[in-house]
Amino acid sequence: METYSLLREFADSWFLLVLFAFFIGTVIWAFRPGSGPIHRDSAEIPFRHEDRPASDLEDGAAAKEAR
Amino acid sequence: MWDYIKLALLGVIAILAAIATNFARDLAYQVHAIIVLAVAGGLFVWYLRRIGEPKPAPETGYMDGPVRAAVIATAFWGVVGFLAGTFIAFQLAFPQLNFEWAQGYLNFGRLRPLHTSAVIFAFGGSALLATSFYVVQRTSAARLWGGNAAWFVFWGYQLFIVLAATGYLLGSTQSKEYAEPEWYVDWWLTIVWVVYLAVFLGTIMKRKEPHIYVANWFYLSFIVTVAMLHVVNNLSIPVSIWGSKSVQVFAGVQDAMTQWWYGHNAVGFFLTAGFLGMMYYFVPKQAERPVYSYKLSIVHFWALIFLYIWAGPHHLHYTALPEWASTLGMVFSVILWMPSWGGMINGLMTLSGAWDKIRTDPIIRMMVISIGFYGMSTFEGPMMSIKAVNSLSHYTDWTIGHVHSGALGWNGMITFGALYFLVPRLWNRERLYSMSLVNWHFWLATIGIVLYAASMWVTGIMEGLMWREVDAQGFLVNSFADTVAAKFPMYVVRGLGGVLYLTGALIMAYNLWMTVRRSPAKAEAPAMAPAE
Repeated sequence: METYSLLREFADSWFLLVLFAFFIGTVIWAFRPGSGPIHRDSAEIPFRHEDRPASDLEDGAAAKEAR
Repeated sequence: MWDYIKLALLGVIAILAAIATNFARDLAYQVHAIIVLAVAGGLFVWYLRRIGEPKPAPETGYMDGPVRAAVIATAFWGVVGFLAGTFIAFQLAFPQLNFEWAQGYLNFGRLRPLHTSAVIFAFGGSALLATSFYVVQRTSAARLWGGNAAWFVFWGYQLFIVLAATGYLLGSTQSKEYAEPEWYVDWWLTIVWVVYLAVFLGTIMKRKEPHIYVANWFYLSFIVTVAMLHVVNNLSIPVSIWGSKSVQVFAGVQDAMTQWWYGHNAVGFFLTAGFLGMMYYFVPKQAERPVYSYKLSIVHFWALIFLYIWAGPHHLHYTALPEWASTLGMVFSVILWMPSWGGMINGLMTLSGAWDKIRTDPIIRMMVISIGFYGMSTFEGPMMSIKAVNSLSHYTDWTIGHVHSGALGWNGMITFGALYFLVPRLWNRERLYSMSLVNWHFWLATIGIVLYAASMWVTGIMEGLMWREVDAQGFLVNSFADTVAAKFPMYVVRGLGGVLYLTGALIMAYNLWMTVRRSPAKAEAPAMAPAE
């Protein structure tokens, strides 16, 4: 079989399935039970380190608290 | 050691550029060689005078120098690009503006790619550099990776813009829309882009936040995909290394398909994904509340990534492209409507509970109208990709109107919002110089877009209908020149819309300038100072 037809058949079947399954997987992963608090925490990221990087904080405890 | 390598490299580049100037086969190539010679030679001298100087202690804190530089570049290129666009709009209405003394340099055909590249790559690209460097640091709680590499990305990208712009005026183009620069400019952009990716990824890798914030996902997809698109679409073989002309590797319909796979995904990943990165950071920040639904933002990201890449063939309906490919492009374009509107809802609903801010805060108003235009143009686009609609709309001004409602409305307004947000923070000012000037900018830009989009709808649908009108015997009723004559009033209205939009941008540039010069400095310790 020539390369084009072979790749075409693979793309139309198995790889399509893989991509589709990956996409469905991301949706299920996003909506998995118990993920609510994690997502709420992630959404707060822009409000944490406005002025300086976490590594510049004076002690590690503050850095830990910041997350 | 690295200093000596840098010197040697710059010296070699300067000598090669001098040789290239001598052997140049065409004017554009020669001018470019002189520009490269001047830049490399100047840098050589600059580094030579500083060699052996003691190294300053490595800085801590966020690296905002390149962000500030890119903010200035954004405002500058914005004004240049809008000016070029307004001028060529009037060239279409009044052909006398294609001056006889400037034939071959300043006529519409030379200035049009200058306008598109100036607004997309110079204005939009500098805005993406500024915001991505700003956002990735704040959301990773880490300083930019790679030291001065970020400066290389900024200046390298500006050099790319200068080479591209001068090339267009002097006639160096590979005639691929939105990918006009010739081979050596493409190679240079590839180098700059790989360093950009390294800086961005390096910063993400040393992040102190366990989670990669969604804006960074969008920025990263923009950088990675644009690298892939740029390399594949620019596969070409130079005729001579001493000349700008090159020959494409693909031919015929393969070349057309590659071009529009590139072209549409440049819209999808440069003008959509990258700017969505801005939306997911600056809208929550300005509204002072987290994004409406973080889950939705994850679904939004993956759906957009999976769907956009297939939509390109809708640019080639009713051509030599196989039917299945054009149907595929149409179907994916229509499905793409859903993630687009999911993202729009996510952005708008971030304001839920704070809707009064639209009344009181002109910057939020700018961001909201930009998301509104995102929603409108992502509805219009899928509709125009349907074959039956496309048979009317394609090759008409409707397409140009659609592009501009997305570019002026979505990309322009979200960038203005981000600039108004960034400048007081980057220059450590308490507030903007004038809020009422922001208001003026908002209304001038909005009315300008309305004039532009409305006139292009009218003229586009009119010329589409005129082109297909046949009489009882089946002969075409109108000649092409008839449609051109009929479009005149709408072209004038479009030009006036451009004048309003440009005026708004000039007001913004003045306001930002005065913010840096006159606005009171922030009271507490400067955020830019290195922490002990």
